[in-house]
Amino acid sequence: MAPVSAQIITIAGTIICVGLIALVFFGESLAPYGPQQMVGEILLPPSSEYLMGTDMLGRDVFSRIISGTKWSVSVSFIAVSMSMLIGTYLGAFSGYFGRSLDRILMVGMDAVYIFPSFVLAVLIAAVMGPGIGTSSLAVTIVMIPTFYRVIRSITLTIKESGFIEAERAIGASGRYIIANHIAPFYLSSLFVLISLGAAQAILITSGLGFLGLGIPPPNPEWGTDLAAGRMYIMDGMWWLTVFPGLLIFLAVLGFNLLSEGLDAVLNPQIRRL
Amino acid sequence: MALLRIQDLTTYFFMKQGTVKAVDGVDLHLNSGRVLGVAGESGSGKSTMAYSVMRLIRPPGRIVKGEILLEGRDILRLSDEQIRKDIRWQRISLIFQGAMNALNPLITVGNQIAEPIIVHEGLDKRDALEKASSLLGSVGIGPARVNNYPFELSGGMKQRIMIAMAMACNPEIIIADEPTTALDVIVAAGIMNLIKDLQTKTGLSMILITHDLSVIAQTCHDVAIMYAGKVVESGEVLSIFDSPAHPYTIELINAFPSIKGAKRELKAIKGSPPDLIDPPSGCRFHPRCRFAKEICNRKDPEFREVGTNHFAACHLL
Amino acid sequence: MVGDVATEEQIQAIRHDLGFDRPLYIQYLSYMYDLLHLNFGTSLNSRLPVIREISAAFPTTIELTIVGLIFGVAIGLPLGVLAALNREKMIDHFLRAFSLGCYSFPIYVTGILLQLAVSVRLGMLPVAGRIASTADIPKITGLYVLDSLLTLNFAVMFDALAHLVLPGMTMGIYLLPMISRISRAGMIEALTEDYIVTARAKGLAESTVVYRHALRNALLPTITVIGMNFAGLLGGSMLTETVFSLPGLGRLMYRAISSRDFSMIQGIVVVYTLIVVAVNTIIDIGYRFLDPRVKY
Repeated sequence: MAPVSAQIITIAGTIICVGLIALVFFGESLAPYGPQQMVGEILLPPSSEYLMGTDMLGRDVFSRIISGTKWSVSVSFIAVSMSMLIGTYLGAFSGYFGRSLDRILMVGMDAVYIFPSFVLAVLIAAVMGPGIGTSSLAVTIVMIPTFYRVIRSITLTIKESGFIEAERAIGASGRYIIANHIAPFYLSSLFVLISLGAAQAILITSGLGFLGLGIPPPNPEWGTDLAAGRMYIMDGMWWLTVFPGLLIFLAVLGFNLLSEGLDAVLNPQIRRL
Repeated sequence: MALLRIQDLTTYFFMKQGTVKAVDGVDLHLNSGRVLGVAGESGSGKSTMAYSVMRLIRPPGRIVKGEILLEGRDILRLSDEQIRKDIRWQRISLIFQGAMNALNPLITVGNQIAEPIIVHEGLDKRDALEKASSLLGSVGIGPARVNNYPFELSGGMKQRIMIAMAMACNPEIIIADEPTTALDVIVAAGIMNLIKDLQTKTGLSMILITHDLSVIAQTCHDVAIMYAGKVVESGEVLSIFDSPAHPYTIELINAFPSIKGAKRELKAIKGSPPDLIDPPSGCRFHPRCRFAKEICNRKDPEFREVGTNHFAACHLL
Repeated sequence: MVGDVATEEQIQAIRHDLGFDRPLYIQYLSYMYDLLHLNFGTSLNSRLPVIREISAAFPTTIELTIVGLIFGVAIGLPLGVLAALNREKMIDHFLRAFSLGCYSFPIYVTGILLQLAVSVRLGMLPVAGRIASTADIPKITGLYVLDSLLTLNFAVMFDALAHLVLPGMTMGIYLLPMISRISRAGMIEALTEDYIVTARAKGLAESTVVYRHALRNALLPTITVIGMNFAGLLGGSMLTETVFSLPGLGRLMYRAISSRDFSMIQGIVVVYTLIVVAVNTIIDIGYRFLDPRVKY
């Protein structure tokens, strides 16, 4: 059984992530006001009525943050899922069949991998214009190489095993072998990669939003709201930036904890560093 | 009086799976100017015993019981500071098994030899390096090699450097832990000759740990045979080889092929070394012993005198 | 470029200006020639040569990156070593949790929080910009701190440094999780090696054993990892420069991307690549000094 610390981390991470997912679906109904609803005076500090204050258009920040969960988190999920599917598929075939397909893909993937991921995301967003589709696409493209490399590496290792050769001798096709005999080995790595990917995806999505290249206003995305609140910090109105920032932090932390915990639980090592 | 006297030394390793009784009540003594060979299979506790003397045992291991008297003074009772400053390398030094990894790859061999000299004898860096140079000469390595890094040297040369390093502060006792195990036969012979030479020249006392009985026969004055964390027989080399008392010693000697005489099949000792977490009851060797009787299962034999200066622990004697 | 409503002649004129009516292979060769001469063309935004704007912005990013690295290593390395020495104890878990926390903060959030806490609330450090007034800065290298130091203009130097603290800390916090993780792993690995036992047996003080023997070996993977992740630093600089209004490459890139200034984007991408290659080369060379086993 994994050490206690790993279990605590996994549970903590899971709680946060489950909480986030709950907010994605039920956020808007739980929020006291609508995200676009102008409820009161502008720029009010946090109070018992407006838990996180109001923004420059008089909207309740708390409601915006809660409703905003769905934007950052669901884009991340969509992007990570697509990345995982494409990256895994390509990695498996590349690793198993090798030769020219492998070589071409490796070069392509390396090129993307080496390039600073955020800059790449910004470039894609710039070319395609801001929007939810752009954010998803940018995040997807940036994360495919990671999945690709890991899956390819596992495939290469397992491919040489005896039982795989036995399957080939029976006459099983490559696709069958990959799907049924190699794929189970992907699982533990995939779990970790997905949660890590989700964390990175949230960072990129809100980063794009911060630069104005993401999900457009008036949608309550955390990064966009953070950027909008920036000009008010000189006047001491901290609640416009601190709360969105804190939520992004919490979401990323949740997924990071989850991935650390999963890694400890799923990949026990003889000598844990 | 014996220079070094180890009494009832007990070192255990407290692991999750259980407590490994690596050294379980060992009695040894080393007389001044003599070489004591310690022989036994892998896992018999030889290295652990050596590390215990230097107090290099770290958690999860711990010296649980016993005394180690250096000229009558129990060094197990000394503080960490005292051990570090007075005993380590200055009075007792160690030649490690496998010099390949025992030297820091990023520091020149000269500096590694000079380190203890600077710390213990207070010389400055230049003088220490000079001394290191001459030490290299005394082990048969060109003094210019002080500036080489370990990876630039062969296995045999590295072992010689370990020897030079062990002699750096003129210790009274050197413990050599399997100095030739990792080397090929010819290089090993050279090393053993060097060690024997240095020992006779300087008159230092040595504990030579090895599983190779032929080395013991050639180089040692006294010998102790260890099995499963205990000493089963000890005495002068000639007595042991002439009239071995303990069944294990007999098997050990028989297991070694001899160049002389008729060809015969290799006789391995049946069975395998015991699990030290849960060692056999009574005499630890009894599951593998040809002569085992019922009492051997029940009671741990006493370590008794069976001849002049010849001790063994066996119920059959 | 000419706008959405243009006559056929205007379009043709622009095409000729930009050389688009030449055969393709000539265009490609001309492009390569320009590239080798670092001629990236003219910025579509400012009508100034791209290379000039890049050179103007370059020192800022360099200063920021260096300060960021210093912060990151100065905090991250001791953290990793401390964690390794106290492995599995409370302090190790605490330090790893701290590291994870820093890792989870987006770099722009760190920057803004620092601005809020230190500049706005406490008024201790300047909020943004590189320097208070650009009046009397000697222009030797473009690195304000270095230039003012060389001309012994200490007032300006301190001002420039003050402006670098918060952005530097932001980048440092971004870097330290990676540095502390790898130095911790490196130290733990080194401490299990045989030569550490040798060092202890020689009667060396524990601090000598740890720092002279173990740490030296742990530095090797640490430096490698810094080099490998340097590209990420460039991405981080984009956001930091935006938050702190620093006129560096990151901010220039952002503006270029927003306004579709393709020549500028191209130019900066090439420069980024050159930076990453240069840094990795420096690290390679540095590695040879640290590790005598590496052959030429």
